[in-house]
Amino acid sequence: MLSPDQVIEAYFLEARHQLLEIAALLDRHDAAVAREGRGASPAGAAKLAVLKEAIATLADDRPAPERTVALLELFARV
Amino acid sequence: MQIIQPHYHAIARTAQDYERMAMSGVVAVAEPAFWAGFDRLYPETFIDYFRQISEFEPTRAAQYGIRHYCWVAVNPKEAENPTLTREVLKHFPEFFAKPTVLGVGETGLHKSTKNECESLEAHVELAMKHGQLVLIHTPHLADKAHGTKKVLEVLAGMKVDPERIWIDHVEEQTIRPCLDAGYWVGFTLYPITKCSPKRAVDMLEKYGTERILVNSSADWGPSDPFTLQECILEFRRRGHSLQEAINVFHNNPCRFLGQNPKFDIQPIRIETLVEASK
Repeated sequence: MLSPDQVIEAYFLEARHQLLEIAALLDRHDAAVAREGRGASPAGAAKLAVLKEAIATLADDRPAPERTVALLELFARV
Repeated sequence: MQIIQPHYHAIARTAQDYERMAMSGVVAVAEPAFWAGFDRLYPETFIDYFRQISEFEPTRAAQYGIRHYCWVAVNPKEAENPTLTREVLKHFPEFFAKPTVLGVGETGLHKSTKNECESLEAHVELAMKHGQLVLIHTPHLADKAHGTKKVLEVLAGMKVDPERIWIDHVEEQTIRPCLDAGYWVGFTLYPITKCSPKRAVDMLEKYGTERILVNSSADWGPSDPFTLQECILEFRRRGHSLQEAINVFHNNPCRFLGQNPKFDIQPIRIETLVEASK
């Protein structure tokens, strides 16, 4: 089993990469909205809203022992 | 489609990588001198390394129909030994005379120390004196923005031709000042630590395709030469034409590297043949 520091050390770069991909996805979406002058369809907007709710869930400092379960349940909505 | 890998550390890769790259359309690679994973102690070690990438490696690539070019430099991580740097720099002109050496690279900054800045300046000055192209490494991760700014400051204090200088490993926070100053820039695609194929296409869509090179670097660390092909696939999946892809992934390297006449691969334009009866 890994220590807290070992967990951060082992997975920091991977998490950084994954967060940058999410940031780029949101930038890509905003650029498309600006280019086309309209937002996503209702189905697309619902998926985007779920992604943003998931990000907020991860950023919440309150104890959340099963973040993965929470996100899977969230993604099951769309 | 024909592809050029403009930044590729072949000595750290297998023959199978050459074979698979050839099968996927790669026609040429250019290999900058880089860090060996440890700090070398002797000028002769560098000389033999430069011989390896300028004499031996082209023969290995040729077995797969791939043209191999290279660059010479003391890597910024080894610039903390100024005596060693000076000794190695003395030997550059003999390599400039070799048929596949394109210029000086990758020089640049790692921690942006005084010794690194002096080494960068000495490399660029020597390159300009001998009419060579320059490939500049910018730091990774936390040091990137500061290091890139410092590279631009060093170059701004020198008499250089920006069109003959390629600043590599740019990302979203560093691309604009490098392009605005007139330099070529490079995106380096890595599985985790540098730019990703999707983010590279985002930047191509945002900044256009002029003076931009895309490479996988591919070295002895966690890296993959085929991130370049992933990027091409992503570019095409977003609806960009084959000609646009060729312009970025083949013709742009031809345009930059071709400023050195030793690099004689020409840009390609797709021509559609229409039957005379139609």
